[in-house]
Amino acid sequence: MESVKSIDSNIYRTINKLSANYSPEEKEKLCDQIVTDLYTKAETIAAQSILSKEEHKSEWGERIDDILTSKWLGYPIMLLLLGGIFWLTIIGANYPSAMLAEGLFWLEEQLTTFFLWANAPQWLHGILVLGIYRTMAWVVSVMLPPMAIFFPLFTLLEDLGYLPRVAFNLDSLFKRAGAHGKQSLTMSMGFGCNAAGVIAARIIDSPREKMIAILTNNFVPCNGRFPTLIILATIFMGNVVSSPYHSIVAATVVVGIVLVGIITTLLVSWGLSKTFLKGIPSSFTLELPPYRKPQIGRIIVRSFLDRTLFVLGRAVIVAAPAGVLVWVLANTSINDISLITHLANILNPFAILIGLDGVILLAFILGLPANEIIIPIIVMSYLSVGAMLEPESTEALRTILLNNGWTWITALATMLFSLLHFPCGTTLLTIKKETASTKWAVFAFLLTTTIAIVVNFIVVQLIRLF
Amino acid sequence: MLLTQLLTGKKARVVRLTARSQKRRRLLDLGLIPDTVVKSIRRSPAGDPTAYLIRGTTLGLRSEETNLVEIKELS
Repeated sequence: MESVKSIDSNIYRTINKLSANYSPEEKEKLCDQIVTDLYTKAETIAAQSILSKEEHKSEWGERIDDILTSKWLGYPIMLLLLGGIFWLTIIGANYPSAMLAEGLFWLEEQLTTFFLWANAPQWLHGILVLGIYRTMAWVVSVMLPPMAIFFPLFTLLEDLGYLPRVAFNLDSLFKRAGAHGKQSLTMSMGFGCNAAGVIAARIIDSPREKMIAILTNNFVPCNGRFPTLIILATIFMGNVVSSPYHSIVAATVVVGIVLVGIITTLLVSWGLSKTFLKGIPSSFTLELPPYRKPQIGRIIVRSFLDRTLFVLGRAVIVAAPAGVLVWVLANTSINDISLITHLANILNPFAILIGLDGVILLAFILGLPANEIIIPIIVMSYLSVGAMLEPESTEALRTILLNNGWTWITALATMLFSLLHFPCGTTLLTIKKETASTKWAVFAFLLTTTIAIVVNFIVVQLIRLF
Repeated sequence: MLLTQLLTGKKARVVRLTARSQKRRRLLDLGLIPDTVVKSIRRSPAGDPTAYLIRGTTLGLRSEETNLVEIKELS
């Protein structure tokens, strides 16, 4: 209105005076007429300038939609697709992961030889090779292969146009939770990166439902956490059955964890809309665009450059200083006990209650800048305290964890805590930016951490009881 | 008859909108203006939302919205 006023306050006043003579119904009619005229004009222009082919392509799209959104098959197909992607990631990532690890740790040996030859001081070799290089080598060898498989597959689903169908299928659940159907789209973004998912909440118009989407996005595991989930599921859950079914069981477990995340999202959304963010659900409109033929080349390039390298780059950048910190903590002693052991010992009694141990909880705290480095920190901590192991593959990782008292309960508790605990630093900063308040970022931190501790405590105590 | 009651596969003509203010604007912006022909395409597995073909675009709408649209079914 201000801008209108500034154009000509006289005209504005006249309009205002005139409009007072008309009833709301008449004003509504005028409003309708304006929109109708706009549409008529736009359609006339479109009809003159756009030449559309026969609409035969939409027919098979319709038939696919009949299946993908059908009453009985809609939900199972969603789960199968998700499970299929995890399964392919798990079976595909094994060999390249082992090969990468072998190569990178061969390079570490050469670096050590070089440092010895150069007569470098031991602390320098420790910080640079055992701290920075080894942590980064872990991050790359453990994370790169699953990401390089998972991201292109997920991008393929996006490119096909499947994700709006997911939102269409799930909307009624979100409506019942007092949330917006588009929240399933921001959740899909969260699978990539929670910070991106928080930014994506801009597509939700209503401020209340937008806030719900922002605060709950963290319950979708991002790809910084997927490798952790996939690796732990592979090591501890897949191994309980005979080998041909390893990867299927592991994939099922990961799907189960994702489902727990989705159920938590719905429950927390419902709780928020009944308490802190009261209100009724607003409108939902979602376009279901026609299916497109995926552009394979572009998918590979985009998912590799925009996602895989971006995430890996971030992990490596954060891993380097974290590697230094862990190495220093592990090699600085008070009373002949390293600082890392002191810290882990302090955290241990509490950590045990929620199924973790002091080292794992410490790794989650040190991993605040980026969740990608949690497994590497755990391994670094165990290795620096116990015997030096030369990790070569997931099998070596399994040995390290088993030697440090891990069981399937530890793995389950770590996966649950990883799913539910506080968002990473980047996501917290993004929440602060998007909500324009530190208060909501702090709230998100407390909300998620409380839920993580409560859920972990209940699950672990129940398992120990039976 | 309300748009919500339109059976899958049937077509109808929009008669008028009973929505007010913001909601009315949103429905109009989607192209749901009087005399527009709308086709109900499919329901989601849980029965709501429903997808409609409106001016060449497929849109998913919740029953809260479609309850605000009066239509006349076309045979």
